[in-house]
Amino acid sequence: MNMTLTREKESPAIGVENVGSAALTEKVYETSNLNLWYGENHALKNINLDMHQNEVTAIIGPSGCGKSTYIKTLNRMIELVPDVKTTGQIKYRNRNILDQSYKVEDLRTQVGMVFQKPNPFPKSIYENVVYGPKIHGIKNKKILDEIVEKSLKGAAIWDEVKDRLHENAYGLSGGQQQRLCLARCLAIEPDVILMDEPTSALDPISTLKIEELVQELKKDFSIIIVTHNMQQAARISDRTAFFLNGEVIEYSDTNTIFSNPNDKRTEDYITGRFG
Amino acid sequence: MELRKTEMYSVQEMILEKKRKKKVNMEKIIPKLLFLTAAISVFTTIGIILTLIFETFIFFDRVSIVEFFTEAKWLPFASTPSFGIMPLIVGTLKITVIAAVVAVPVGLATAIFLSEYASEKTRRIIKPILEVLAGIPTIVYGFFALTFVTPVLRDLFPSLDMFNALSPGIVVGIMIMPMIASLSEDALVSVPKSIREGAYALGATKLETTIKVVLPAAISGIMASIVLALSRAIGETMIVSVAGGSTPNMSMDVTSSIQTMTAYIVQVSSGDAGYGTTIYYSIYAVGMTLFVFTLIMNLLAQFISRKFREEY
Amino acid sequence: MKLINKSHVAKKMPARLAVNTICKGLFFLATLVGLLVLAILFYRIFTQGIGSLNGDFLQNFASRKPEEAGIKAALIGSIWLMVVVAPVSLLLGVGTAIYLEEYARKNWITTFIKVNISNLAGVPSIVFGLLGLTVFVRALALDRSILAAGLTMSLLVLPVIIVAAQEAIRAVPRDLREASFGMGATKWQTILKVVLPAAIPGILTGGILALSRAIGETAPLVVVGIPMFIAFLPQSFMDTFTVLPMQIYNWTSRPQEEFQQVAAAGIIVLLILLIFMNSIAVIIRNKFQKRY
Repeated sequence: MNMTLTREKESPAIGVENVGSAALTEKVYETSNLNLWYGENHALKNINLDMHQNEVTAIIGPSGCGKSTYIKTLNRMIELVPDVKTTGQIKYRNRNILDQSYKVEDLRTQVGMVFQKPNPFPKSIYENVVYGPKIHGIKNKKILDEIVEKSLKGAAIWDEVKDRLHENAYGLSGGQQQRLCLARCLAIEPDVILMDEPTSALDPISTLKIEELVQELKKDFSIIIVTHNMQQAARISDRTAFFLNGEVIEYSDTNTIFSNPNDKRTEDYITGRFG
Repeated sequence: MELRKTEMYSVQEMILEKKRKKKVNMEKIIPKLLFLTAAISVFTTIGIILTLIFETFIFFDRVSIVEFFTEAKWLPFASTPSFGIMPLIVGTLKITVIAAVVAVPVGLATAIFLSEYASEKTRRIIKPILEVLAGIPTIVYGFFALTFVTPVLRDLFPSLDMFNALSPGIVVGIMIMPMIASLSEDALVSVPKSIREGAYALGATKLETTIKVVLPAAISGIMASIVLALSRAIGETMIVSVAGGSTPNMSMDVTSSIQTMTAYIVQVSSGDAGYGTTIYYSIYAVGMTLFVFTLIMNLLAQFISRKFREEY
Repeated sequence: MKLINKSHVAKKMPARLAVNTICKGLFFLATLVGLLVLAILFYRIFTQGIGSLNGDFLQNFASRKPEEAGIKAALIGSIWLMVVVAPVSLLLGVGTAIYLEEYARKNWITTFIKVNISNLAGVPSIVFGLLGLTVFVRALALDRSILAAGLTMSLLVLPVIIVAAQEAIRAVPRDLREASFGMGATKWQTILKVVLPAAIPGILTGGILALSRAIGETAPLVVVGIPMFIAFLPQSFMDTFTVLPMQIYNWTSRPQEEFQQVAAAGIIVLLILLIFMNSIAVIIRNKFQKRY
């Protein structure tokens, strides 16, 4: 078995102590001049954004501002919607993912996603977690067992489910289901984790657990999270992008955005004057 | 917590490894295979149409098409055979009309009761029973017609023949009744509640609301269900074969023996009409006529339900 | 002057309510018709057939003497028929449903296939018999074999399975597909590992209902030329055979009173088989009802 860890090799300088010193981190995503249309509707307008390794990037904005559309473009889930057209570039690790020669399956193996509503498969907890490894050809039972334990620990749900791994995932509570979905996503050790309003369907305690997890996980993964909850963005993210009507109004350090926004519209939004 | 460094292997590495080994591209082959399975249903239709057309042409080579449609006698087994399909059509229509007289009022009333009056509990009991009724094999209904309905009717009307149109007609009606009931109920249930509430709020009784508001709103679904059910009645075979007799005739009398298009095909098939004889080809001409009848009714049903679909 | 005379309206109200009650009663009576017929039918067949229904009846072959007639060949034949119909119709039906729900683009070919399927569902079963006779029995020279009859029946029940499978596949939530795509699964992996397992109860229920239709059908087999009187068991799919409804038809159309009792006994066997299959369908449906 190969023992190297690819990403560590790419950026050996990154360690826990470096998180936060933005200048040193490597770029995961570079979006330039991205435009997106749903039929005639111009949903994303000239987006330019860079996302960094081992950071949490939050995307905030009112409903319909395009934040969800944007995050779904990052793993090309947007293509499931018929009649979508894009122009511009999104570079993931220096390769343009909007190029149709980029296989979506390869991209999504690198970039995991956690959805708005918990969506475990109607299978056992174990089967949910091994789904990804299995479809990608990993069949060794011992390795799968290890992956399950590691992933469930990574999503802080191991202790709650370790005695009932073979029970149906639908027996879990909403918050547990969402953490299971996170574990399922961790099982293939993605590079980036996209989270599309992952706590919007959860109660406050479950939300808190997910937020703590995000903090923990960013040591190993790069996380991009869409949220309609500004406090959440302020609590957990390193950088924040504010979207409005399909445009990026402002993008900078989370501290700056929340304490000293550049744009009047950002200030209006975060002080609750609209949205 | 250092998740990855403690690990002995990298999942991503393993995935890459597996990917390199993979050769066959299922993603390209599968849709084509699935398309082929979908095409089978189209080929079935084409097969039916071509079969009927070719064999019917051979039949019309031997029997004039004018005779087929205008002659009033269907006597294929006579020494001077006569192939006028009218008696078979009349027989079929007699059965269909009797079936409609039974099935339409009963089916519709059942649908109204279930959708407007019955409690959820009653519905849960009655609907499965209707499903059972709809799932009974037609040969069982045929047996029932011959050994129960006919004797009972003969007690009531002593002039009734052993084989007649009335008994199988009634039983075909019973057979198609669940179809009318269940499809009409679907149509009634899908009428929005707000429309009913509008009428109730004006002080209308349940009956008035149903007759004047709900039924008109659901009329297209109800009409379509009736047309579909009657199409089933036209194509029904075993009940009429067992209980209807084998005497094609043009009379409007329902008490004597008849023959329908389907029953004729069964009569020939279960007998010994040799391959290649005119009688053999005649079943295709009759089958073609039957197919056209039912196709027109099915298309009509689809037209009705499509045309009036988006009323609310 | 008022346009509406309220006392007049009030006077009419009791009559209107009475009509409502009467009609409710009539609707209820109509609903009872179906129940009543079913009860009579079951009662009649049971009382007529129970006398002939015994071990010998299940173990004997058909006979010219009613007291010796048995259903063995027909019962075994029906099972052979199912062995052909079940895989063929499920494979074709589910394949078609997956194609239409997951792969088909919105174009005229797809529309054509869909319209075609709903029309095929309305074609009388006897016409399928003519197709089977011409294509399977004669053109493909399968003769009056289990295979010829099975393929004919498979085409007959195909629309039922397609529609049931389409509904089952459509009922699988989008969420689940997204989750699978989000893991880097391909479309076919997603269908195979997520959509189909989630849709399987619906597909099975529809499949069993379709099979119970095939097991009760008579007309197409008469046309295909399946014999009604047979005193041996088939050894392969190319052998000829008979099935329960054909045997029942044969007995029903005999003039002797005794054969009607034998027919009733055959019907009881057929109905038990159908009830058994439908119970399985109901169990599957109930077990998996609330999944998402």
